[in-house]
Amino acid sequence: MSLIQIKSASRWFGNVVAVNDVSLDIGPGITGLLGPNGAGKSTLIHMMSGFLAPSSGEVTLNGGVIWQNEAAYREIGLVPEREGMYDYLTGSEFVLANAELHGLAEPGAAARAALETVEMTAAADRRIATYSKGMRQRVKMASALVHHPSVLLLDEPFNGMDPRQRMHLMDLLRKMGAQGRTVLFSSHILEEVEQLASHIEVIVAGRHAASGDFRKIRRLMTDRPHQYLIRSSDDRALAAALIADASTSGIEIDRSEGALRVQAVDFHRFAEQLPRLARQHSIRLLAVSPSDESLESVFSYLVSA
Amino acid sequence: MSSTSTSPAPAPVPPAPARAPRGPAVYHPTVGRLTLRALLGRRRALILMALPALLLLISVLIRTQTGADDRAAAEILGGFALAAMVPLIGVVAGTGAIGPEIDDGSVVYLLSKPVKRHVIITTKLLVAVGVTMLFTALPTLVAGVILGGNSQRIAVAYAAAAAVASIAYSAVFLLMGTVSRNAVVLGLVYALVWEALFGSLVPGARALSIQQWGLSIAERIAAPGAGIESEVGLAAGIILLTVATVGATWYAGRRLRALTLAGEA
Repeated sequence: MSLIQIKSASRWFGNVVAVNDVSLDIGPGITGLLGPNGAGKSTLIHMMSGFLAPSSGEVTLNGGVIWQNEAAYREIGLVPEREGMYDYLTGSEFVLANAELHGLAEPGAAARAALETVEMTAAADRRIATYSKGMRQRVKMASALVHHPSVLLLDEPFNGMDPRQRMHLMDLLRKMGAQGRTVLFSSHILEEVEQLASHIEVIVAGRHAASGDFRKIRRLMTDRPHQYLIRSSDDRALAAALIADASTSGIEIDRSEGALRVQAVDFHRFAEQLPRLARQHSIRLLAVSPSDESLESVFSYLVSA
Repeated sequence: MSSTSTSPAPAPVPPAPARAPRGPAVYHPTVGRLTLRALLGRRRALILMALPALLLLISVLIRTQTGADDRAAAEILGGFALAAMVPLIGVVAGTGAIGPEIDDGSVVYLLSKPVKRHVIITTKLLVAVGVTMLFTALPTLVAGVILGGNSQRIAVAYAAAAAVASIAYSAVFLLMGTVSRNAVVLGLVYALVWEALFGSLVPGARALSIQQWGLSIAERIAAPGAGIESEVGLAAGIILLTVATVGATWYAGRRLRALTLAGEA
């Protein structure tokens, strides 16, 4: 069980603040680090993997500072975003070299096991230069797993993967998370994070914008409008009743959907008022569904905040 | 799309594989192997072989045209082998031992390991020195023997100078490869502009040149009348070579320890 702690960490490059006073703990299980491109995700991962010193604050692994502490790599497996990876080696030579660099007593066996885990045994004797992007990613993964790290850091691991490879890597990461490893991956693609992470940390413009389950985060944003799609026995009458109430800010009659699109500004009040108003006006509610409860919408709110 | 917020019951983490008790203190065989393969990759090996091949070709031509000649030997070995070939091959081997890895980011795989940074540097230095010596000192000796049959110990003297200069060049250019993305250009500027141009024009600059420090050893080995002269004495030459090598190696290790990845943010 390993814990990465980021304590009031900031990092600036000249005048540019890449990470601004971020504090968060990353423990066992899968954590998704979500944010648009350029939000500071990679900077955070570089700090967590010891490749960048925080300009202020501290980044620790199990209480020990990671920066300039080579011993920390016994616990860390890193899958970097960049592609450079000794293209003149074969996949198995590459993973073997990683096992040897970790000082493993039986590097050959460890390398074979890691290549099996990522299902790259068949192509292991081909040069990395000949690999597809997905294969490279899997070999990177094998190199990060070869020493059974308790922490796995992955920078945009799904970039360039086809859907099958993506599912395979997701399964693998779920397994790692279920084993009690601390798995952190970054992504700017909401679907990936939503499918994989039980817990997300949202980084926007270098700041820690939100933390937790994405639904909880969505609820936290109660001061922002929520969108609902409502079908009823009398859409126009319901629209008139709802717009008269302070809990809504806008209603659209979506004729193609045959439904109302309602913007609710007061989440709790709206949840109370909707059934009450429907009953008062003898309108039957056929369907009420949040139409923006996807990470995409959570994210766009957070980004525009 | 719904989220998978419930994770399966935690399975126990498999035991970590056993580790060897201690890592190497100076030379890490895996780092050495990777460095050597990078240096002797196809294109680089051709560059490394071109100058020694030219030296041997010139030597054979001169020998067959004019016969054994100590003055020609000293001029070729001093003017081409030591003054141009050794620094140029030093640039290729020294910067090539680490620069490309830093450029393409693959150095991450070396650095994200529990291996001391100074071990990575000393290993790369040893490989760069080995490669530079192989492609400079050895052909210098052979060329010297072809040109003058090692008369007045000229061949051995220049080969020894090439060997010790290989060490210092490798260390200095390895440092350049560690600190700068333009290491090859910087190295060439040092080798060609500083050592060759300023060295021949400005007397002070000559004393601050690895080539001259190497020559101080050649001067001692060769017979007194062989015409080998250095700007610095033997003791000063050895001290300066040692200081440059140790200093550059130490600083390269320090810089590697503080190497940060360019943030794509």
